[in-house]
Amino acid sequence: MERAEIESKFTELLVSELGLDEEKINPDARFEEDLEVDSLGVVELLMALEDEFDVTIPDEEAENLTTVREAIELVVAKLG
Amino acid sequence: MTRHDRRVVITGLGTVNPLGADVESTWAAARQGVSGVGPITAFDASNTVTKIAAEVDDFDPLDYLEKKEARRLDRYTQFFIAASSQALADAGLDYRGDDEAAIGVGSIVGAGLGGMHSFIEGLDTLRERGPSRVNPLTITKLIPNMAAGYASIEFNLQGPTNCTVTACAASANAIGDAAEMIRRGIVDVMVAGGSEAVIVEFAVAAFNSSKALSTRNDEPTRASRPFDAGRDGFVMGEGAATLILEDREHALARGATIYAEVSGYGMSSDAYHVTLPRPGGAGQKRAMEMAVKDAGLAGSDIDYINAHGTSTQANDRTETAAIKLALGEEAAGNVAISSTKSMTGHLLGGAGALEALLCVLAIRDGVAPPTINYDDPDPDCDLDYVPNVARPMPIRHAMSNSFGFGGHNVALIFSAPDA
Repeated sequence: MERAEIESKFTELLVSELGLDEEKINPDARFEEDLEVDSLGVVELLMALEDEFDVTIPDEEAENLTTVREAIELVVAKLG
Repeated sequence: MTRHDRRVVITGLGTVNPLGADVESTWAAARQGVSGVGPITAFDASNTVTKIAAEVDDFDPLDYLEKKEARRLDRYTQFFIAASSQALADAGLDYRGDDEAAIGVGSIVGAGLGGMHSFIEGLDTLRERGPSRVNPLTITKLIPNMAAGYASIEFNLQGPTNCTVTACAASANAIGDAAEMIRRGIVDVMVAGGSEAVIVEFAVAAFNSSKALSTRNDEPTRASRPFDAGRDGFVMGEGAATLILEDREHALARGATIYAEVSGYGMSSDAYHVTLPRPGGAGQKRAMEMAVKDAGLAGSDIDYINAHGTSTQANDRTETAAIKLALGEEAAGNVAISSTKSMTGHLLGGAGALEALLCVLAIRDGVAPPTINYDDPDPDCDLDYVPNVARPMPIRHAMSNSFGFGGHNVALIFSAPDA
């Protein structure tokens, strides 16, 4: 899967699964501070990512995710 | 200040229910005797015995909530936020951004079952996809106190809060308990009401198994027929109603419009059976008697009763007997009684609040809403049920009955502001 495609699907998930405003989403946006995604929202997002990209993201890898870019990098790495 | 020095009045109303998405459209439909019952659309009802219900049509939670918030809330909480948003606006009260005032405002909200849509969704996910896929918001969506909790979050209500879960008496308890908080001098304003949204296959199947629901599938609008000889069970409804309760002095000081007073609250337990009322109505009678006494009235002072009137054989027969015991034969013969469940269906945990709201409007406009579908008298139900057509009449004191599985009996009395 191309990186651009991953990024676009990622944005779609943030809008459809978390109800976020698409205009606020950019690679540097921080989940908690900028997008107001709380801990429950992060769990929802990870589950959606696992479903969408058919990957497994262990809790310890998810704990350090702060920005949209970091989450995308993680998915890209998983898809190898 | 001692108890009863403080009088509790109603200064705001809001509702979303099968008759309408706001107070005035609901009241217009109730006065016209409109039925909110139709074929079930919430799920494919081809397998359930009952295929009809009173659904809320065309409800868009985004009229009241941001998308991000709405998707974290079960339908029953969305209903309650909508009703409460209307009620607070109607009362002219807004505590958002005012933490100092907000600590003097509480909320008590009733629900019978809670977020059953979310419960079923979570269970389906567990069965189909395994434990790791169950949504992290499942619990917060399904717990029956979330309407109370989220109302506090949404409207910044920082005072005492609670959730009453006494089945079909839940939101009558919520209103009574909220009034008590004001009477005791703890707070000046309470957001009180109830909500329910359980038109799901599981709940319909379960109520069918307990033989509680009407199966008059071929005549949906004729199915809820309280006190009629041909009644065959209740029709499930959904929706919410909110009443803003306020210390009378507080309301007068700010020049609020006062709809009515919450003048009496009574409750009792049947201590008899999980679903059936105690035969003869002795338990229900005691709740009504307690409410009349609490209001400082005599049974003959009650002008109108909004009955629990579920359209089940047992309830309507027993409630009729209980009204006679509580008011005395003569006063019972004179009082106008109606069951608005004939139109709204049975909102379960939301019923008490919606019916309280209708009592308040009945007092305001001097109109008793009808019991529709009343065709054939039942010898065991021989009082005046305001059959089929609304009745203009002065109403100073109105009583609302609500009875719940488990034997919970609640009666509330509402009085005209100058009564």
